[in-house]
Amino acid sequence: MHTLLTAGLGLKPEHFDAALSCRAPGLWFEVHPENYLVDGGPRLRWLEAVRGSHALSLHGVSLSLAGDAAPDAAHLQRLAALVARVEPALVSEHLAWSAWGDQHYPDLLPFPRTTQALQRIAANIERTQAALGRSIAIENPSHYLHIEQHAWDEIDFLTELTRRTGCSLLLDVNNVHVSASNLGFSAEAYLDRFPASSVAEIHLAGHTPDPTLGASMLIDSHDAPVAPVVWALYRRLVERIGTRPTLIERDGNVPAFEEILAERNLAAAVLQQCEASAVEVAA
Amino acid sequence: MNTAAPSLGDFQRAFAAALFADGDQDASPIASLLQEPAFAIYRNTVRKACIDALEANYPAVARLVGSEWFRAAAAVHVAVTPPHDARLMYYGAGFAEFLAGFEPAASLPYLPDVARLDRFWTEAHIAADAEVLDGSALASLPPEQLGARVLTPHPAARWAWFDEAPIHTIWRSNREADGDMTDIAWHGEGSLLTRPQDSVCWCELGRAEVAFLDACAAGQALGDAAATALSVQADIDLSQMLAKLLRAGAFAGLH
Repeated sequence: MHTLLTAGLGLKPEHFDAALSCRAPGLWFEVHPENYLVDGGPRLRWLEAVRGSHALSLHGVSLSLAGDAAPDAAHLQRLAALVARVEPALVSEHLAWSAWGDQHYPDLLPFPRTTQALQRIAANIERTQAALGRSIAIENPSHYLHIEQHAWDEIDFLTELTRRTGCSLLLDVNNVHVSASNLGFSAEAYLDRFPASSVAEIHLAGHTPDPTLGASMLIDSHDAPVAPVVWALYRRLVERIGTRPTLIERDGNVPAFEEILAERNLAAAVLQQCEASAVEVAA
Repeated sequence: MNTAAPSLGDFQRAFAAALFADGDQDASPIASLLQEPAFAIYRNTVRKACIDALEANYPAVARLVGSEWFRAAAAVHVAVTPPHDARLMYYGAGFAEFLAGFEPAASLPYLPDVARLDRFWTEAHIAADAEVLDGSALASLPPEQLGARVLTPHPAARWAWFDEAPIHTIWRSNREADGDMTDIAWHGEGSLLTRPQDSVCWCELGRAEVAFLDACAAGQALGDAAATALSVQADIDLSQMLAKLLRAGAFAGLH
């Protein structure tokens, strides 16, 4: 199925009609399932209409897999029902937590990468995959804090999760750039080490400097076009690992559909070039 | 590792508490993180997402009071009642009640009821699907059998009577494009929100119509529900009332 997907777009409600009728080859759409976990009504019909003509990806933001608790059973059950309903090509979540006790914190929160955390997260991924009846991809988050208690390097941690659970990885190149810039490591070195065979999907998005802290703190804001430096990292990545379904995320200052489709076409062109040069090498 | 790692649970308990508390907690397992300016990014992101969700879920209230006032009030609510559900469109179930007790809103006594109608809209929008009962189902029954039948409200139907103020008109004028609040007659009003197809629709109801829907929802047979409506308004035209409610898509079944 992955071979059919080239570059995709995060689907915004204001773009539903344009998205539905767009026939760009290989175009697919990603949504946050949280917005569709409803009893009925127009949202599910919109999603099913788009699914009728395009491949879909469900990109969760709230399972809280890195929380020290099992994923909310009711939420998981609703997610499983949505997965059964729209049969997405891809399902993903984050290496982060967003719930504690009975409260929900709408963000992707950090944690110390310890062996205890690894065991808990592996168990949560397994529970999720069992409930959904399929494997999921786990995304590297953006980092802002220097957490001194990390016992594991992030790539080693993610690799160990794939080994223990059979999950794949969603590599967000913008998050790598933001984290590298904020914490002071090399984005290139990170991407060069990332386990190619586990990458099921790539994310690209825009970032902005923190309004009070300035350029020393980049925010994974999804409210601007993908930055040139992130495009360069993306080209470097696909030259090494080959083509993968690639998503342009845009959640703020959302432009007209044609404008983000043009940005998506840039990613599609990178994938096409990579495929063409791979064929050349093979020949 | 410079310091022993706290357990995952201890870390998260402290982190979650600090998201909504401005003071630094020296003894906390995350004390060193609280010293970093970047901790504010998490505080801001979480609070902003909650406030954004309330503003999206309560558009008529936000339009009435303006975005700045709304977001200041929402920030107070968020700090006291963060979301319990990952689905932020469900967030704010207690917002109308909060506004009713929110001292700065005391000069706008109709605000909590406007919030209730915003909440009705959300509930109607995401409610379970069901066929709308159309008038022919009733018309085909012999009149003498009608009185013993029970009308089931549609899962997306929401209604209420507001005794103190023209809440439906205030809400409607701040939800629709015009926003015109001049010439509003000050009297009690009822409101009905339905979702006959995909879109949420609304219409004003009289007190007897609200009483009739309440009676149907309580499982009263049509004859008894009609008697309830007549007891509220002796001269109500029952067939006209029923036609209006059926047209609006208020019912899903007839048993």
